[in-house]
Amino acid sequence: MNSVVKGASYVLVHAPDMLVKNGTTQTTERIVNPNSEYLKTLGKHLRSYDDAVAYLPNQVYIGNLDPVELRKHEQPWYGTKFEDAARYGRFGEIMPQAEFYFLIQACDEFELVRLEKGFVGEYKDAFFASPVVTDLIRNRIHDGVDAEQLEKILKEDGEGLYLGDRLVGAVKKAHDVDLALSSHVLLENLVSKASHVLSLLHLVDKAGISPAEVDYVIDCSEEACGDMNQRGGGNFAKASAEIAGFSNATGIDTRGFCASPVHALTIAASLVKAGTYKNVVVSAGGSTAKLGMNGKDHIKKDMPLVEDVIGGFAVWIGEDDGKNPIIDLDHVGRHTVGTGSSPQAVITSLVSDPLQKAGLKITDIDIYSPEMQNPDCTKPAGAGDVPVANLKMIAALGVKQGILERKDINDFVEKHGVPGFAPTQGHIPSGVPFIGYGREALLNGAVNRIMIVGKGSLFLGRLTNLFDGVSFMMLPNEGKVEETGKASGEELRKIVAESLRGFAKSLLSEDQDE
Amino acid sequence: MSILNGKTVIAIGDRDGIPGPAIQACAESAGANVIFSSTECFV
Repeated sequence: MNSVVKGASYVLVHAPDMLVKNGTTQTTERIVNPNSEYLKTLGKHLRSYDDAVAYLPNQVYIGNLDPVELRKHEQPWYGTKFEDAARYGRFGEIMPQAEFYFLIQACDEFELVRLEKGFVGEYKDAFFASPVVTDLIRNRIHDGVDAEQLEKILKEDGEGLYLGDRLVGAVKKAHDVDLALSSHVLLENLVSKASHVLSLLHLVDKAGISPAEVDYVIDCSEEACGDMNQRGGGNFAKASAEIAGFSNATGIDTRGFCASPVHALTIAASLVKAGTYKNVVVSAGGSTAKLGMNGKDHIKKDMPLVEDVIGGFAVWIGEDDGKNPIIDLDHVGRHTVGTGSSPQAVITSLVSDPLQKAGLKITDIDIYSPEMQNPDCTKPAGAGDVPVANLKMIAALGVKQGILERKDINDFVEKHGVPGFAPTQGHIPSGVPFIGYGREALLNGAVNRIMIVGKGSLFLGRLTNLFDGVSFMMLPNEGKVEETGKASGEELRKIVAESLRGFAKSLLSEDQDE
Repeated sequence: MSILNGKTVIAIGDRDGIPGPAIQACAESAGANVIFSSTECFV
C-alpha cells in the first residue's frame, strides 16, 4: 500500500531576545569582540512582534499567503507589510516569545527551567488562551519564582530568558562538569523540543490527526541530546511526542544536517508502505544558534534582523486513502559517496536519475522545492537567492540534455519553482516548506508532479568532506488503493489451483519420459 | 595560456553553488596549485 501525505503544519516563534542572547553570531562576537559596534547597534535592528507577523515570507510559511504571491512584491520584502497578516494561518502560527517561554518550561521534566513570578502572572493567561495548548501542557506550568532565584541560577552557570533587558526566566545546568548537560546545550535542546511540540500541536489542530492515532514520530532537527557518555543519544522525537500527548507513539531522531527532513520523510513513507506503522509524523523544532546568523551583513545593509524566528514543521504520513498525494518511493534521488561534487553530478543524482528511471524529463515536474531559504536573509550576506540558484542548476542540466534552450532558463525558474520563504534555520528550509502548499495543489489538480529536494552540509561536522542530498516526488492520488500482502479467498484458490495444475503436469511429463 | 597556470589557489566553494572540490579540479586542470580547498555552507 502506498504512503500518502495527509497533512502538514508549519510554525514560527518570534524570538528577538534569544537572537541577541543565544544566536552564535552574537555569542561569538561577545567572546572575541565584546565592545564591537555590531553588538552596540544590534538592538536598533530588532523587529517588533507585529512587524515579524506582517512580514510576507512569514505569512507564506504559516499558510496565509500563497508563495507565488511573493512575486507580486518587489524584493527585499522587509519593507512591505502584509495587510491581512495574522498570528494564525491554515498551517500554524507565529508565537510570541513570551508565550514560547511557557512552552519551554512545560517541556522541562527536570525542574531546570524557572520563570519569574511576575512574568508568569503577566503572560500566563495569553499562553493559556492559545487554541492549540492542551490541558496536559497547562497543568505543567509552575507559579514562578522570585527574581533573586533567577539571578542565583545565572551565577551558577545558568542561561537567562529575557524580554528586552528584563530577566524573566532561567535554565539551570544539569551537571557540574558535563558540557552536554550545560545550561547552554539544555536551552538549545529545550527550544528545539518546545518548537517541535508546537508543530505537533498544530498538526493535530490543522490536519485533524488524533494524538492517539500516531504510531511513530521521527525528529529530523539538527541538535543532539544526551550526556557526556552518549552526546547524541536522543531522543527528541519521543520526548516531544510525550508533551504533545501522543500516548501511543514511540519515535526516533534522524540526523543529516539540512537533508535530514527529506531522509526522514522517505523513511516514514517506507515504514508506512511496509505496513510497520499506519501513521508516522516527521517533524522538527528549530534552532537558537542560527538566530541572527547573518546579522552582521543585515546591519551593514541597514536592514532589520530578519533571522529573528525559530521554525518548526510536522508532516503526517499515512496509509493510502485514495485521496491524498502519494510519495513515490520507486524513484528516489540520492547523492551517493561516489557521486562527486560538480553541480552537474549533484543535479543528475538528485533530479535527473530518478526522473529517467520513471521515464520522465526535467520539464515533467511542475514544481521543484529545493532549499527554500528566504532571499531577504541570504542575498545581503552574499549567498544569493538559494532556491533560484538550485532551480537554475536544474534548468542548466535540462539545457545540457537538450530539453531546454539556454534562453529558457529564467522562464523555467519562474514556471517550475516558487520564491523562497523559509527562515534560515538549517533543516527547516530544506525542501519541506512547500509540502503543505504542494499537497493542496496536488489535491485540487493544479499540479501533477512535485519534487522535494533536500541537501545537507555534512562537511560542517568535520568527519567527511562530503555533502549530501536526497529527493522524492509527490504525485496525485488516482484513487486506486492498492492492497499489498493480502489476497482474497478467490485469489488464493486460483493460486493453489494453478500450482496443483503445474505439479500434475510435471508428474505427467515425468511418467511419459519413463 | 590559462590565467591560472602556475598560480597558487585557495578555493572556497558553496554547497548551493560550486563546491570546493569542483573548483579545485577545474583550477588544477588549468595548471594551478591548489593549496587549500573547502566547501562552506552559507545557510
